[in-house]
Amino acid sequence: MSDQPPAIEVSRLVKTYAGVTAVSDISFTVARGEILGFLGPNGAGKSTTMRILTGYMPATSGRVNICGIPVATQPDDAKRKIGYMPENNPLPEDMRVSEYMYFRGRLKEVARRKLGPRIDEVLELCDLKRVRHKIIGQLSKGYRQRVGIAEAILAEPPVIIMDEPTIGLDPHQILIVRDLIASLRGRMTVIISSHILPEIEMTCDRVLIINQGRVVAQGTPADLRREILGHSTYRVELAGDFGSLPHVLATVERTLEIASEEEPGTEGFRVFTLSTARDDELGEPILRTLLDRNYRVRALNRAQPTLEDVFLAATRRSWDAVAAPRRAAK
Amino acid sequence: MKHFFTLLSHEIRMLLVNPSTYIAAVLFLGVMGFIFTGILESYSKTPQDVSPAHVFFNLFWLPVFFMVPLLTMKCLAEERRLGTIETLLTTSVTTTEVVLGKYGAAYLLYLSLWGATGGFFYILTKFASDARLLDAGPLMGGYLFIAVSGLLFVALGVFASSLSRNQAVAGILSFTMLFALIFGGRFLSDANWLNRDVLHPVKAAVDYAQVFSHYEDFTRGVIDTRQLLFYVSGTVLALIFSILGVEAKLLHS
Repeated sequence: MSDQPPAIEVSRLVKTYAGVTAVSDISFTVARGEILGFLGPNGAGKSTTMRILTGYMPATSGRVNICGIPVATQPDDAKRKIGYMPENNPLPEDMRVSEYMYFRGRLKEVARRKLGPRIDEVLELCDLKRVRHKIIGQLSKGYRQRVGIAEAILAEPPVIIMDEPTIGLDPHQILIVRDLIASLRGRMTVIISSHILPEIEMTCDRVLIINQGRVVAQGTPADLRREILGHSTYRVELAGDFGSLPHVLATVERTLEIASEEEPGTEGFRVFTLSTARDDELGEPILRTLLDRNYRVRALNRAQPTLEDVFLAATRRSWDAVAAPRRAAK
Repeated sequence: MKHFFTLLSHEIRMLLVNPSTYIAAVLFLGVMGFIFTGILESYSKTPQDVSPAHVFFNLFWLPVFFMVPLLTMKCLAEERRLGTIETLLTTSVTTTEVVLGKYGAAYLLYLSLWGATGGFFYILTKFASDARLLDAGPLMGGYLFIAVSGLLFVALGVFASSLSRNQAVAGILSFTMLFALIFGGRFLSDANWLNRDVLHPVKAAVDYAQVFSHYEDFTRGVIDTRQLLFYVSGTVLALIFSILGVEAKLLHS
Protein backbone atom coordinates (compact mmCIF):
# COMPACT_ATOMS: atom_id res chain seq x y z
CA MET A 1 0.00 0.00 0.00
CA SER A 2 2.81 2.41 0.86
CA ASP A 3 4.19 2.52 -2.68
CA GLN A 4 0.89 3.86 -4.01
CA PRO A 5 0.97 7.51 -4.99
CA PRO A 6 -0.99 9.87 -2.73
CA ALA A 7 -4.61 10.47 -3.68
CA ILE A 8 -4.08 14.10 -4.57
CA GLU A 9 -0.83 15.83 -5.26
CA VAL A 10 -0.83 19.52 -6.08
CA SER A 11 2.38 21.37 -6.70
CA ARG A 12 2.96 25.03 -7.44
CA LEU A 13 -0.53 25.56 -8.82
CA VAL A 14 -1.17 29.00 -10.33
CA LYS A 15 -4.34 30.30 -11.97
CA THR A 16 -4.76 33.79 -13.32
CA TYR A 17 -7.81 35.24 -15.02
CA ALA A 18 -7.35 38.33 -17.10
CA GLY A 19 -4.50 39.56 -14.96
CA VAL A 20 -6.10 38.69 -11.62
CA THR A 21 -4.34 35.94 -9.72
CA ALA A 22 -6.99 33.68 -8.22
CA VAL A 23 -4.61 30.95 -7.07
CA SER A 24 -0.95 31.64 -6.58
CA ASP A 25 1.52 28.89 -5.96
CA ILE A 26 -0.50 26.39 -3.95
CA SER A 27 1.08 23.04 -3.09
CA PHE A 28 -0.35 20.27 -0.95
CA THR A 29 -0.83 16.52 -0.87
CA VAL A 30 -3.68 14.46 0.47
CA ALA A 31 -3.11 10.87 1.54
CA ARG A 32 -5.53 8.10 0.63
CA GLY A 33 -8.53 7.84 2.90
CA GLU A 34 -8.00 11.26 4.41
CA ILE A 35 -10.69 13.92 4.79
CA LEU A 36 -9.33 17.36 4.04
CA GLY A 37 -11.15 20.55 4.88
CA PHE A 38 -10.63 23.51 2.63
CA LEU A 39 -11.14 26.77 4.45
CA GLY A 40 -11.00 30.30 3.26
CA PRO A 41 -12.96 33.52 3.06
CA ASN A 42 -15.11 34.20 0.00
CA GLY A 43 -13.03 34.69 -3.10
CA ALA A 44 -9.97 33.03 -1.60
CA GLY A 45 -9.64 30.62 -4.52
CA LYS A 46 -11.30 27.53 -3.01
CA SER A 47 -13.70 26.88 -5.87
CA THR A 48 -11.08 27.67 -8.48
CA THR A 49 -8.66 25.18 -6.94
CA MET A 50 -11.36 22.51 -6.83
CA ARG A 51 -12.32 23.13 -10.44
CA ILE A 52 -8.71 22.73 -11.49
CA LEU A 53 -8.45 19.50 -9.47
CA THR A 54 -11.45 18.08 -11.29
CA GLY A 55 -10.03 19.02 -14.70
CA TYR A 56 -12.95 21.34 -15.44
CA MET A 57 -10.65 24.31 -15.76
CA PRO A 58 -7.05 24.35 -16.92
CA ALA A 59 -4.41 25.78 -14.61
CA THR A 60 -2.10 28.57 -15.72
CA SER A 61 0.88 26.64 -14.39
CA GLY A 62 1.63 23.93 -11.86
CA ARG A 63 0.89 20.24 -11.66
CA VAL A 64 -2.04 18.26 -10.28
CA ASN A 65 -1.97 14.47 -9.94
CA ILE A 66 -5.00 12.44 -8.92
CA CYS A 67 -3.93 8.97 -7.75
CA GLY A 68 -0.72 9.51 -9.70
CA ILE A 69 -2.50 10.50 -12.92
CA PRO A 70 -1.72 14.00 -14.19
CA VAL A 71 -4.97 15.91 -14.74
CA ALA A 72 -3.56 18.19 -17.42
CA THR A 73 -2.37 15.47 -19.80
CA GLN A 74 -4.75 12.58 -19.03
CA PRO A 75 -7.96 14.36 -18.08
CA ASP A 76 -10.27 11.46 -18.93
CA ASP A 77 -8.45 8.97 -16.72
CA ALA A 78 -8.17 11.48 -13.89
CA LYS A 79 -11.86 12.38 -14.12
CA ARG A 80 -12.81 8.73 -13.68
CA LYS A 81 -11.15 8.83 -10.25
CA ILE A 82 -13.17 11.78 -9.02
CA GLY A 83 -16.69 12.30 -7.78
CA TYR A 84 -17.37 16.00 -7.81
CA MET A 85 -20.14 18.11 -6.41
CA PRO A 86 -19.82 21.70 -7.61
CA GLU A 87 -20.70 24.84 -5.73
CA ASN A 88 -24.48 25.41 -5.44
CA ASN A 89 -24.99 21.80 -6.55
CA PRO A 90 -26.44 22.24 -10.04
CA LEU A 91 -29.02 19.57 -10.95
CA PRO A 92 -31.35 19.23 -13.93
CA GLU A 93 -34.77 20.46 -12.87
CA ASP A 94 -37.01 18.16 -14.87
CA MET A 95 -35.64 14.68 -14.16
CA ARG A 96 -36.62 12.15 -11.56
CA VAL A 97 -34.02 11.27 -8.94
CA SER A 98 -33.67 7.66 -10.12
CA GLU A 99 -33.44 8.72 -13.78
CA TYR A 100 -30.76 11.22 -12.95
CA MET A 101 -28.80 8.60 -11.04
CA TYR A 102 -29.07 6.18 -13.93
CA PHE A 103 -27.94 8.79 -16.44
CA ARG A 104 -24.98 9.82 -14.30
CA GLY A 105 -24.05 6.20 -13.68
CA ARG A 106 -23.97 5.51 -17.39
CA LEU A 107 -21.82 8.60 -17.99
CA LYS A 108 -19.47 7.46 -15.26
CA GLU A 109 -19.17 4.10 -16.96
CA VAL A 110 -20.73 1.99 -14.25
CA ALA A 111 -21.65 -1.34 -15.85
CA ARG A 112 -25.35 -1.53 -16.67
CA ARG A 113 -25.71 -4.73 -14.66
CA LYS A 114 -24.21 -3.24 -11.51
CA LEU A 115 -25.87 0.15 -11.83
CA GLY A 116 -29.33 -0.80 -10.50
CA PRO A 117 -28.12 -2.31 -7.22
CA ARG A 118 -25.56 0.47 -6.80
CA ILE A 119 -28.24 3.17 -7.21
CA ASP A 120 -30.36 1.42 -4.56
CA GLU A 121 -27.38 1.29 -2.26
CA VAL A 122 -26.47 4.96 -2.71
CA LEU A 123 -30.07 6.14 -2.31
CA GLU A 124 -30.31 4.08 0.88
CA LEU A 125 -27.07 5.59 2.17
CA CYS A 126 -28.24 9.13 1.52
CA ASP A 127 -31.77 8.44 2.80
CA LEU A 128 -33.32 9.27 -0.57
CA LYS A 129 -35.45 6.15 -1.02
CA ARG A 130 -38.66 8.01 -0.36
CA VAL A 131 -38.07 10.57 -3.10
CA ARG A 132 -36.55 8.36 -5.76
CA HIS A 133 -39.48 8.85 -8.13
CA LYS A 134 -39.86 12.57 -7.48
CA ILE A 135 -38.80 15.26 -9.91
CA ILE A 136 -35.63 16.98 -8.76
CA GLY A 137 -37.01 20.49 -9.36
CA GLN A 138 -39.69 19.84 -6.73
CA LEU A 139 -37.34 18.64 -3.99
CA SER A 140 -36.37 20.75 -1.00
CA LYS A 141 -32.86 22.07 -0.62
CA GLY A 142 -31.83 19.33 1.81
CA TYR A 143 -32.90 16.58 -0.55
CA ARG A 144 -31.25 18.25 -3.51
CA GLN A 145 -28.01 18.51 -1.58
CA ARG A 146 -28.19 14.81 -0.75
CA VAL A 147 -28.90 13.98 -4.38
CA GLY A 148 -25.67 15.83 -5.20
CA ILE A 149 -23.73 13.84 -2.65
CA ALA A 150 -25.29 10.55 -3.78
CA GLU A 151 -24.29 11.40 -7.34
CA ALA A 152 -20.71 12.16 -6.28
CA ILE A 153 -20.25 8.79 -4.55
CA LEU A 154 -22.24 6.82 -7.15
CA ALA A 155 -19.36 5.36 -9.12
CA GLU A 156 -17.31 4.69 -5.94
CA PRO A 157 -14.45 6.93 -7.01
CA PRO A 158 -11.33 6.98 -4.83
CA VAL A 159 -11.47 10.78 -4.57
CA ILE A 160 -14.53 12.88 -3.69
CA ILE A 161 -14.47 16.64 -4.04
CA MET A 162 -17.37 18.63 -2.65
CA ASP A 163 -17.65 22.39 -2.82
CA GLU A 164 -19.64 23.64 0.17
CA PRO A 165 -21.79 20.53 0.64
CA THR A 166 -23.68 21.89 3.63
CA ILE A 167 -24.46 25.40 2.44
CA GLY A 168 -28.07 26.37 3.06
CA LEU A 169 -29.01 23.32 5.11
CA ASP A 170 -30.73 23.34 8.46
CA PRO A 171 -28.81 22.02 11.50
CA HIS A 172 -30.52 18.63 11.35
CA GLN A 173 -29.62 18.15 7.71
CA ILE A 174 -26.07 19.34 8.34
CA LEU A 175 -25.80 16.58 10.92
CA ILE A 176 -26.95 13.98 8.38
CA VAL A 177 -24.53 15.22 5.73
CA ARG A 178 -21.71 15.27 8.25
CA ASP A 179 -22.40 11.67 9.26
CA LEU A 180 -22.49 10.74 5.61
CA ILE A 181 -19.09 12.29 4.98
CA ALA A 182 -17.69 10.70 8.12
CA SER A 183 -18.93 7.31 6.89
CA LEU A 184 -16.67 7.68 3.85
CA ARG A 185 -13.60 8.03 6.05
CA GLY A 186 -10.90 5.51 5.26
CA ARG A 187 -12.58 4.26 2.09
CA MET A 188 -12.44 7.39 0.01
CA THR A 189 -10.35 10.52 0.01
CA VAL A 190 -12.59 13.50 0.55
CA ILE A 191 -11.99 17.21 0.09
CA ILE A 192 -14.71 19.49 1.32
CA SER A 193 -14.72 23.24 1.33
CA SER A 194 -16.71 25.30 3.70
CA HIS A 195 -16.62 28.40 5.75
CA ILE A 196 -18.68 26.84 8.48
CA LEU A 197 -15.86 26.11 10.86
CA PRO A 198 -17.29 23.76 13.48
CA GLU A 199 -18.34 21.60 10.60
CA ILE A 200 -14.83 21.26 9.22
CA GLU A 201 -13.45 20.76 12.69
CA MET A 202 -15.77 17.86 13.34
CA THR A 203 -15.39 15.96 10.09
CA CYS A 204 -11.91 16.69 8.80
CA ASP A 205 -8.64 15.00 9.61
CA ARG A 206 -6.69 17.91 8.28
CA VAL A 207 -7.44 21.52 7.46
CA LEU A 208 -5.99 23.72 4.78
CA ILE A 209 -6.63 27.42 5.13
CA ILE A 210 -6.20 29.48 2.01
CA ASN A 211 -6.53 33.18 1.58
CA GLN A 212 -6.03 35.32 -1.50
CA GLY A 213 -4.91 32.29 -3.44
CA ARG A 214 -2.21 31.19 -1.00
CA VAL A 215 -2.05 28.43 1.56
CA VAL A 216 -1.73 30.28 4.85
CA ALA A 217 -1.88 27.32 7.19
CA GLN A 218 -2.31 23.57 7.13
CA GLY A 219 -2.42 20.77 9.66
CA THR A 220 -4.81 19.09 12.06
CA PRO A 221 -7.16 21.44 13.88
CA ALA A 222 -5.13 20.95 17.08
CA ASP A 223 -1.82 21.68 15.35
CA LEU A 224 -3.23 24.79 13.80
CA ARG A 225 -4.37 26.15 17.14
CA ARG A 226 -0.89 25.77 18.55
CA GLU A 227 0.86 27.04 15.46
CA ILE A 228 -1.26 30.02 14.58
CA LEU A 229 -2.29 31.30 17.96
CA GLY A 230 0.97 30.29 19.67
CA HIS A 231 -0.45 30.72 23.15
CA SER A 232 -3.05 29.44 25.55
CA THR A 233 -5.58 31.62 27.28
CA TYR A 234 -7.21 31.37 30.70
CA ARG A 235 -10.24 33.14 31.95
CA VAL A 236 -10.38 33.95 35.61
CA GLU A 237 -12.99 35.76 37.70
CA LEU A 238 -11.63 37.14 40.93
CA ALA A 239 -11.80 39.87 43.54
CA GLY A 240 -8.96 41.39 45.53
CA ASP A 241 -6.00 43.68 44.93
CA PHE A 242 -6.13 44.23 41.17
CA GLY A 243 -3.08 46.54 41.14
CA SER A 244 -0.55 43.88 42.09
CA LEU A 245 -2.10 41.18 39.94
CA PRO A 246 0.48 41.41 37.09
CA HIS A 247 3.35 40.81 39.55
CA VAL A 248 1.56 37.92 41.14
CA LEU A 249 0.97 36.33 37.77
CA ALA A 250 4.61 36.80 36.76
CA THR A 251 5.64 34.68 39.73
CA VAL A 252 3.62 31.78 38.36
CA GLU A 253 4.99 31.94 34.82
CA ARG A 254 7.15 34.58 33.18
CA THR A 255 5.07 34.91 30.05
CA LEU A 256 1.72 34.97 31.80
CA GLU A 257 0.10 38.36 31.38
CA ILE A 258 -3.30 40.04 31.33
CA ALA A 259 -4.64 40.11 27.81
CA SER A 260 -7.86 41.93 28.64
CA GLU A 261 -10.06 42.73 31.58
CA GLU A 262 -13.71 43.51 32.03
CA GLU A 263 -15.46 46.14 34.16
CA PRO A 264 -15.92 45.17 37.83
CA GLY A 265 -19.21 43.33 38.27
CA THR A 266 -21.23 42.73 41.41
CA GLU A 267 -19.44 42.23 44.72
CA GLY A 268 -16.16 43.51 43.27
CA PHE A 269 -15.42 40.56 41.01
CA ARG A 270 -13.72 41.17 37.68
CA VAL A 271 -13.09 38.86 34.77
CA PHE A 272 -9.55 38.76 33.39
CA THR A 273 -8.30 37.02 30.30
CA LEU A 274 -4.76 35.79 30.72
CA SER A 275 -2.48 34.60 27.99
CA THR A 276 0.74 32.63 28.06
CA ALA A 277 3.20 31.17 25.61
CA ARG A 278 3.30 27.96 27.63
CA ASP A 279 1.33 25.17 26.11
CA ASP A 280 0.92 22.86 29.08
CA GLU A 281 -1.71 23.12 31.79
CA LEU A 282 -1.15 26.07 34.14
CA GLY A 283 -4.56 26.10 35.81
CA GLU A 284 -3.52 24.55 39.08
CA PRO A 285 -0.44 26.74 39.78
CA ILE A 286 -2.42 29.87 38.92
CA LEU A 287 -5.24 28.92 41.25
CA ARG A 288 -2.88 28.00 44.10
CA THR A 289 -0.88 31.23 43.79
CA LEU A 290 -3.95 33.41 43.65
CA LEU A 291 -5.45 31.76 46.71
CA ASP A 292 -2.15 32.07 48.61
CA ARG A 293 -2.18 35.83 47.92
CA ASN A 294 -5.67 36.09 49.37
CA TYR A 295 -7.51 36.68 46.13
CA ARG A 296 -11.08 35.47 46.07
CA VAL A 297 -11.42 33.32 42.99
CA ARG A 298 -14.89 32.50 41.70
CA ALA A 299 -14.05 30.87 38.38
CA LEU A 300 -11.02 29.74 36.42
CA ASN A 301 -10.98 27.94 33.15
CA ARG A 302 -8.75 27.39 30.20
CA ALA A 303 -10.28 28.86 27.07
CA GLN A 304 -10.37 26.47 24.13
CA PRO A 305 -9.58 28.48 21.04
CA THR A 306 -11.97 27.50 18.28
CA LEU A 307 -10.99 26.96 14.71
CA GLU A 308 -12.69 30.27 14.14
CA ASP A 309 -9.99 32.07 16.10
CA VAL A 310 -7.36 30.16 14.17
CA PHE A 311 -9.02 31.03 10.90
CA LEU A 312 -9.30 34.70 11.73
CA ALA A 313 -5.71 34.84 12.94
CA ALA A 314 -4.38 32.98 9.91
CA THR A 315 -6.24 35.06 7.37
CA ARG A 316 -5.35 38.29 9.14
CA ARG A 317 -1.71 37.27 9.23
CA SER A 318 -1.73 36.61 5.50
CA TRP A 319 -3.37 39.94 4.77
CA ASP A 320 -0.67 41.63 6.82
CA ALA A 321 1.96 39.73 4.86
CA VAL A 322 0.48 40.85 1.57
CA ALA A 323 -0.11 44.42 2.68
CA ALA A 324 3.34 44.94 4.24
CA PRO A 325 5.50 44.89 1.07
CA ARG A 326 3.04 47.20 -0.64
CA ARG A 327 3.28 49.73 2.15
CA ALA A 328 7.08 49.44 2.05
CA ALA A 329 7.05 50.07 -1.70
CA LYS A 330 5.19 53.34 -1.23
CA MET B 1 -17.59 8.75 -28.78
CA LYS B 2 -18.29 6.25 -26.02
CA HIS B 3 -20.83 8.48 -24.33
CA PHE B 4 -22.49 9.87 -27.43
CA PHE B 5 -25.42 7.45 -27.38
CA THR B 6 -25.93 7.84 -23.62
CA LEU B 7 -26.10 11.60 -24.10
CA LEU B 8 -28.26 11.37 -27.22
CA SER B 9 -30.82 9.07 -25.61
CA HIS B 10 -30.81 11.29 -22.53
CA GLU B 11 -31.44 14.40 -24.63
CA ILE B 12 -34.21 12.71 -26.61
CA ARG B 13 -35.86 11.56 -23.42
CA MET B 14 -35.64 15.06 -21.98
CA LEU B 15 -37.28 16.44 -25.13
CA LEU B 16 -40.02 13.83 -24.93
CA VAL B 17 -40.91 14.56 -21.30
CA ASN B 18 -40.85 18.30 -21.84
CA PRO B 19 -44.29 19.86 -22.38
CA SER B 20 -42.78 22.64 -24.51
CA THR B 21 -41.87 20.06 -27.16
CA TYR B 22 -45.50 19.09 -27.54
CA ILE B 23 -46.67 22.68 -27.56
CA ALA B 24 -44.13 23.47 -30.30
CA ALA B 25 -45.19 20.37 -32.26
CA VAL B 26 -48.89 21.23 -32.04
CA LEU B 27 -48.29 24.83 -33.09
CA PHE B 28 -46.02 23.74 -35.92
CA LEU B 29 -48.50 21.22 -37.29
CA GLY B 30 -51.34 23.73 -36.82
CA VAL B 31 -49.57 26.43 -38.80
CA MET B 32 -48.40 24.04 -41.51
CA GLY B 33 -51.86 22.49 -41.78
CA PHE B 34 -53.37 25.94 -42.13
CA ILE B 35 -50.92 26.78 -44.91
CA PHE B 36 -51.56 23.46 -46.61
CA THR B 37 -55.33 23.99 -46.55
CA GLY B 38 -54.81 27.43 -48.01
CA ILE B 39 -52.77 25.98 -50.85
CA LEU B 40 -55.38 23.32 -51.57
CA GLU B 41 -58.13 25.94 -51.64
CA SER B 42 -56.29 27.99 -54.21
CA TYR B 43 -55.79 24.82 -56.26
CA SER B 44 -59.49 24.01 -56.15
CA LYS B 45 -60.34 27.47 -57.53
CA THR B 46 -57.87 27.75 -60.39
CA PRO B 47 -55.53 25.14 -61.91
CA GLN B 48 -51.83 25.80 -61.27
CA ASP B 49 -48.61 24.92 -63.08
CA VAL B 50 -46.70 23.46 -60.15
CA SER B 51 -47.60 20.71 -57.71
CA PRO B 52 -48.91 21.64 -54.25
CA ALA B 53 -45.81 20.05 -52.68
CA HIS B 54 -43.66 22.61 -54.46
CA VAL B 55 -45.64 25.54 -53.08
CA PHE B 56 -45.81 23.96 -49.65
CA PHE B 57 -42.07 23.41 -49.31
CA ASN B 58 -41.36 26.82 -50.77
CA LEU B 59 -42.58 28.18 -47.45
CA PHE B 60 -39.97 26.14 -45.54
CA TRP B 61 -38.41 29.31 -44.12
CA LEU B 62 -41.49 30.17 -42.08
CA PRO B 63 -41.30 27.20 -39.66
CA VAL B 64 -37.48 27.30 -39.79
CA PHE B 65 -37.48 30.83 -38.39
CA PHE B 66 -39.53 29.99 -35.35
CA MET B 67 -38.96 26.25 -34.85
CA VAL B 68 -35.18 26.08 -35.04
CA PRO B 69 -34.54 28.83 -32.46
CA LEU B 70 -37.19 27.33 -30.17
CA LEU B 71 -35.75 23.84 -30.43
CA THR B 72 -32.11 24.77 -30.02
CA MET B 73 -31.94 27.91 -27.88
CA LYS B 74 -32.22 25.92 -24.70
CA CYS B 75 -29.67 23.20 -25.32
CA LEU B 76 -26.34 24.69 -24.26
CA ALA B 77 -27.49 28.00 -22.79
CA GLU B 78 -29.62 26.24 -20.16
CA GLU B 79 -26.81 23.88 -19.18
CA ARG B 80 -24.54 26.81 -18.56
CA ARG B 81 -27.13 28.88 -16.70
CA LEU B 82 -27.96 26.01 -14.34
CA GLY B 83 -24.29 25.04 -14.06
CA THR B 84 -25.01 21.42 -15.00
CA ILE B 85 -22.39 21.70 -17.72
CA GLU B 86 -19.88 21.56 -14.88
CA THR B 87 -21.13 18.21 -13.61
CA LEU B 88 -21.31 16.97 -17.19
CA LEU B 89 -17.77 17.93 -18.14
CA THR B 90 -16.20 16.67 -14.93
CA THR B 91 -17.05 13.13 -15.97
CA SER B 92 -14.95 11.65 -18.75
CA VAL B 93 -17.27 13.15 -21.37
CA THR B 94 -15.76 15.42 -24.00
CA THR B 95 -17.24 18.73 -25.12
CA THR B 96 -17.59 17.25 -28.62
CA GLU B 97 -19.81 14.46 -27.32
CA VAL B 98 -21.97 16.92 -25.40
CA VAL B 99 -22.44 19.23 -28.39
CA LEU B 100 -23.08 16.36 -30.80
CA GLY B 101 -25.57 14.76 -28.42
CA LYS B 102 -27.54 18.00 -28.15
CA TYR B 103 -27.32 18.59 -31.88
CA GLY B 104 -28.40 15.05 -32.73
CA ALA B 105 -31.46 15.24 -30.49
CA ALA B 106 -32.53 18.64 -31.84
CA TYR B 107 -32.04 17.50 -35.42
CA LEU B 108 -34.03 14.30 -34.92
CA LEU B 109 -36.88 16.27 -33.42
CA TYR B 110 -36.75 18.76 -36.30
CA LEU B 111 -36.89 15.88 -38.79
CA SER B 112 -39.73 14.12 -37.02
CA LEU B 113 -41.79 17.32 -36.92
CA TRP B 114 -41.35 17.75 -40.66
CA GLY B 115 -41.97 14.04 -41.11
CA ALA B 116 -45.37 14.51 -39.46
CA THR B 117 -46.39 16.84 -42.29
CA GLY B 118 -46.23 13.74 -44.49
CA GLY B 119 -49.70 13.05 -43.07
CA PHE B 120 -51.06 16.00 -45.05
CA PHE B 121 -49.97 14.44 -48.30
CA TYR B 122 -51.27 11.06 -47.22
CA ILE B 123 -54.70 12.52 -46.55
CA LEU B 124 -54.59 14.31 -49.89
CA THR B 125 -53.90 11.10 -51.85
CA LYS B 126 -56.51 9.24 -49.89
CA PHE B 127 -59.30 11.69 -50.68
CA ALA B 128 -58.33 13.60 -53.81
CA SER B 129 -57.44 10.57 -55.93
CA ASP B 130 -55.99 12.95 -58.47
CA ALA B 131 -52.51 11.83 -59.53
CA ARG B 132 -51.64 15.32 -60.81
CA LEU B 133 -51.85 16.74 -57.31
CA LEU B 134 -49.31 14.28 -56.06
CA ASP B 135 -46.14 14.50 -57.96
CA ALA B 136 -43.68 12.23 -56.15
CA GLY B 137 -40.65 14.14 -57.50
CA PRO B 138 -41.16 17.51 -55.81
CA LEU B 139 -42.36 15.70 -52.68
CA MET B 140 -39.22 13.62 -52.32
CA GLY B 141 -37.04 16.55 -53.36
CA GLY B 142 -38.76 18.79 -50.85
CA TYR B 143 -38.25 16.39 -47.96
CA LEU B 144 -34.67 15.77 -48.99
CA PHE B 145 -34.06 19.51 -49.05
CA ILE B 146 -35.62 19.85 -45.59
CA ALA B 147 -33.36 17.07 -44.26
CA VAL B 148 -30.17 18.44 -45.78
CA SER B 149 -30.76 22.13 -45.07
CA GLY B 150 -31.97 21.22 -41.57
CA LEU B 151 -28.47 19.97 -40.80
CA LEU B 152 -27.12 23.49 -41.19
CA PHE B 153 -30.08 25.33 -39.67
CA VAL B 154 -30.06 23.27 -36.49
CA ALA B 155 -26.27 23.52 -36.25
CA LEU B 156 -26.55 27.31 -36.42
CA GLY B 157 -29.10 27.21 -33.63
CA VAL B 158 -26.77 25.09 -31.48
CA PHE B 159 -23.94 27.50 -32.20
CA ALA B 160 -26.07 30.47 -31.11
CA SER B 161 -26.93 28.59 -27.92
CA SER B 162 -23.25 28.04 -27.15
CA LEU B 163 -22.59 31.77 -27.20
CA SER B 164 -24.90 32.92 -24.45
CA ARG B 165 -26.23 31.69 -21.15
CA ASN B 166 -29.45 33.56 -21.77
CA GLN B 167 -31.98 31.55 -23.76
CA ALA B 168 -33.70 34.62 -25.20
CA VAL B 169 -30.43 36.03 -26.50
CA ALA B 170 -29.54 32.65 -28.01
CA GLY B 171 -32.96 32.42 -29.65
CA ILE B 172 -32.78 35.88 -31.20
CA LEU B 173 -29.21 35.27 -32.29
CA SER B 174 -30.12 32.06 -34.06
CA PHE B 175 -33.15 33.75 -35.68
CA THR B 176 -30.87 36.51 -36.97
CA MET B 177 -28.31 34.07 -38.34
CA LEU B 178 -30.99 32.01 -40.07
CA PHE B 179 -32.56 35.14 -41.50
CA ALA B 180 -29.20 36.33 -42.82
CA LEU B 181 -28.53 32.91 -44.36
CA ILE B 182 -31.94 32.46 -46.01
CA PHE B 183 -32.91 35.99 -47.04
CA GLY B 184 -29.49 37.66 -46.99
CA GLY B 185 -28.44 35.79 -50.13
CA ARG B 186 -31.60 36.77 -51.94
CA PHE B 187 -31.20 40.38 -50.91
CA LEU B 188 -27.55 40.50 -52.01
CA SER B 189 -28.24 38.87 -55.36
CA ASP B 190 -30.72 41.67 -56.11
CA ALA B 191 -28.20 44.36 -55.21
CA ASN B 192 -26.86 46.24 -58.23
CA TRP B 193 -23.54 47.25 -56.72
CA LEU B 194 -22.43 43.60 -56.75
CA ASN B 195 -22.62 43.52 -60.54
CA ARG B 196 -19.30 45.33 -60.98
CA ASP B 197 -16.46 43.29 -62.42
CA VAL B 198 -14.22 43.76 -59.38
CA LEU B 199 -16.80 42.15 -57.17
CA HIS B 200 -17.38 39.23 -59.47
CA PRO B 201 -15.99 36.57 -57.06
CA VAL B 202 -18.22 37.91 -54.30
CA LYS B 203 -21.20 37.73 -56.61
CA ALA B 204 -20.33 34.15 -57.50
CA ALA B 205 -20.08 33.22 -53.84
CA VAL B 206 -23.43 34.87 -53.08
CA ASP B 207 -25.08 33.00 -55.95
CA TYR B 208 -23.57 29.77 -54.73
CA ALA B 209 -25.02 30.27 -51.24
CA GLN B 210 -28.61 30.96 -52.39
CA VAL B 211 -30.80 28.77 -50.19
CA PHE B 212 -33.85 29.37 -52.40
CA SER B 213 -32.10 28.33 -55.59
CA HIS B 214 -30.88 25.19 -53.78
CA TYR B 215 -34.48 24.50 -52.95
CA GLU B 216 -35.54 24.95 -56.58
CA ASP B 217 -32.87 22.47 -57.66
CA PHE B 218 -33.87 19.88 -55.11
CA THR B 219 -37.54 19.97 -56.03
CA ARG B 220 -36.64 19.70 -59.71
CA GLY B 221 -34.72 16.56 -58.81
CA VAL B 222 -31.25 18.02 -59.26
CA ILE B 223 -29.08 16.88 -56.37
CA ASP B 224 -25.93 18.88 -56.78
CA THR B 225 -22.96 17.67 -54.71
CA ARG B 226 -21.74 21.27 -54.43
CA GLN B 227 -24.94 22.11 -52.61
CA LEU B 228 -24.68 19.07 -50.37
CA LEU B 229 -21.11 20.13 -49.64
CA PHE B 230 -22.31 23.63 -48.80
CA TYR B 231 -24.70 22.33 -46.14
CA VAL B 232 -22.44 19.61 -44.77
CA SER B 233 -19.37 21.84 -44.53
CA GLY B 234 -21.47 24.63 -43.03
CA THR B 235 -22.80 22.18 -40.44
CA VAL B 236 -19.34 20.92 -39.54
CA LEU B 237 -18.07 24.46 -39.22
CA ALA B 238 -20.99 25.57 -37.05
CA LEU B 239 -20.55 22.54 -34.78
CA ILE B 240 -16.80 23.11 -34.46
CA PHE B 241 -17.51 26.71 -33.51
CA SER B 242 -20.09 25.53 -30.96
CA ILE B 243 -17.52 23.22 -29.37
CA LEU B 244 -14.99 26.04 -29.33
CA GLY B 245 -17.66 28.36 -27.94
CA VAL B 246 -18.34 26.04 -25.00
CA GLU B 247 -14.63 25.52 -24.34
CA ALA B 248 -13.78 29.20 -24.63
CA LYS B 249 -16.38 29.99 -21.96
CA LEU B 250 -14.72 27.41 -19.70
CA LEU B 251 -11.32 29.02 -20.13
CA HIS B 252 -12.65 32.45 -19.30
CA SER B 253 -15.37 31.59 -16.81
